[in-house]
Amino acid sequence: MILLFYIAGAVAVIATVAVILQTNIVHALIYLILSLLAVAVCFYVLGAPFAAVLEAIVYAGAIMVLFLFVIMMLNMGQQSLDQERSWMGPKVWVVPSLLASVLLAQLLTVLSQYDQELALTTVDVMQVSALLFGPYVLAVELASILLLAGLVSAYHLAKK
Amino acid sequence: MLTLIKDTLTSQVVTLWRVFSHLWVKADTVEYPDEMPYMFPRWRGRIILSRDPDGEERCVACNLCAVACPVDCIALQKTEDEEGRWYPEFFRINFSRCIMCGFCEEACPTNAIQLTPDFEMAEYERQDMVWEKEDLLIDGTGKYHDYNFYRVAGKKIGGKDKGEARNEAVPVNVRSLMP
Amino acid sequence: MTFEVGSGLSIGVILATVIVVAAMLIWVERRLLSFWQERLGPNRVGPFGLLQVVADMIKIFTKEDWVPPFADKFSFVLAPAIIMTVILLSFSVIPFAPGVGVVDSNIGVLFVLAMASLGAYSVMLAGLSSDNKYALLGSLRAAAQMISYEVFMGISILGVVALSGTFNLREIVLAQEENGWYIIPQFIGFVIFLIAGVAESHRLPFDIPEAEQEICAGYHTEYSGMKFGMFFVGEYLGLVLISSLITVLFFGGWLGPSFLPGIFWFSLKSFAFIAFFILLRAAIPRPRYDQLMTYGWLFLLPVSLLNLLITGVIILSTF
Repeated sequence: MILLFYIAGAVAVIATVAVILQTNIVHALIYLILSLLAVAVCFYVLGAPFAAVLEAIVYAGAIMVLFLFVIMMLNMGQQSLDQERSWMGPKVWVVPSLLASVLLAQLLTVLSQYDQELALTTVDVMQVSALLFGPYVLAVELASILLLAGLVSAYHLAKK
Repeated sequence: MLTLIKDTLTSQVVTLWRVFSHLWVKADTVEYPDEMPYMFPRWRGRIILSRDPDGEERCVACNLCAVACPVDCIALQKTEDEEGRWYPEFFRINFSRCIMCGFCEEACPTNAIQLTPDFEMAEYERQDMVWEKEDLLIDGTGKYHDYNFYRVAGKKIGGKDKGEARNEAVPVNVRSLMP
Repeated sequence: MTFEVGSGLSIGVILATVIVVAAMLIWVERRLLSFWQERLGPNRVGPFGLLQVVADMIKIFTKEDWVPPFADKFSFVLAPAIIMTVILLSFSVIPFAPGVGVVDSNIGVLFVLAMASLGAYSVMLAGLSSDNKYALLGSLRAAAQMISYEVFMGISILGVVALSGTFNLREIVLAQEENGWYIIPQFIGFVIFLIAGVAESHRLPFDIPEAEQEICAGYHTEYSGMKFGMFFVGEYLGLVLISSLITVLFFGGWLGPSFLPGIFWFSLKSFAFIAFFILLRAAIPRPRYDQLMTYGWLFLLPVSLLNLLITGVIILSTF
């Protein structure tokens, strides 16, 4: 099982790097979806099937579809490709890579001090919902109020 | 909302049932190669050249069909035999151009050219679509059984002199003084 | 190797059966449609035209597999593969009969929904990569239609999930053995799921993404050969999937009189729904695009939410 986790993790990392390097926006988006699905597999292997499926439904299945939808409206042609290529110069890489390597170093130090064995316990849907509607009910309600506000305002804007 | 539900029940569900009930209605299809459809006698299909009741060619090579043909698919050449009968030396129909309009049949003064109910005209070679007189000529009279052009026309041919045609008066002798 | 849930043999058999059934549906649909239209349909190849599928296969395999030079080749090739993959993956959680299935997943219902939402990429990438205005219009319509109807599809199932208390499709069937088929308590959920299922597999009357009379063939206008064949078989696979889901969720799956095996009852019920979908195609005209969206968001969404609410109230009050 843990081998599957590492494979999925590697796929996620490679796909994410490909998202950055890819100049064709549609291909980049496909890699992003792949990365999200790989993360979903990671979740599943770590014992969170509900989170895994929600990742696939919500991120890969709904939000990314909307991204693609917008790209279809934008009519990206050869010129956007050329623009992307010109932006991919070596100079722009310096500062982000420095910052990212600082973060990576921090992450590695934290992980090296963490020597607890990974406990593979499956958290099923029932437990997740018991937690959501038990201790975290306030957060759920607040999130739902936010979503309701978004829904109402979207309806209002569409009416105009 | 209630009207929507009512409309769904009365319109969509009834439509579904009506279409479903066609399951036990006999199909209208005629399974063609196994079962030949009835072709009406005046169907405009393949063109033939007919003969008169005496077994002679009806066509007198008047060229009216070739003139009437909108796609110019008929070609023929007139010739004459020793008895004075006119007939085509060659008669050629290019069926790859023919549109089966039937104008040639309407133009024909001798009922020689006729359209038949035969519609199976496919060929593998394009050249085979060009039919000569030997291919076109049939042994029968086609749709008009008793008609013989030379019996009603005033033309003199071997065995039939002037005035011997049906309903034809004997020619007036313009040189005679007798009434 | 034994024939049990999850064994290699059962995976192979189920995969082969599902694909063969989907291919045969091409013939079934044409015959049934023709009977409803007082015709005979394909009856030339083999007995009753049964080998029509084989003839079609030979034709489609030997056709030129053409990728337009202006298309984005990567996405163009990927698109038909996605639809086949996600629909075949969805079949993995369907319980066909006791002991027949691929996985007994605790998140079976959610898995089907996730795969359905990934299916939207297939049509979108197909339309986008074709670089053709009809294809683009078709995939725009498809995207909006599929994400909208996914919402009602999910909510309409939740009534069943609440009644049975599990996302596992096999346990849902077992729960129906005790409580009776869920078509009775969840009739509204069933109707909404049926409508959403038609829209989700973009079959007629909701085939707006491919509406021939308006936009050629929609998103697969530029496709030919086996790539088109995959879209074509994918559509029928979707039809089989929706029918078997309806059977499992609302009509008690393999349950039935015990003198015949469960797989027979499952197939019978599924085929009845397949035939019903074909009847819908024969009878109902296609709505306009805005009518479809308005109907979904302003009628189906409130009704499905109300259904869920009432179901919840009844469950809580009987406990």
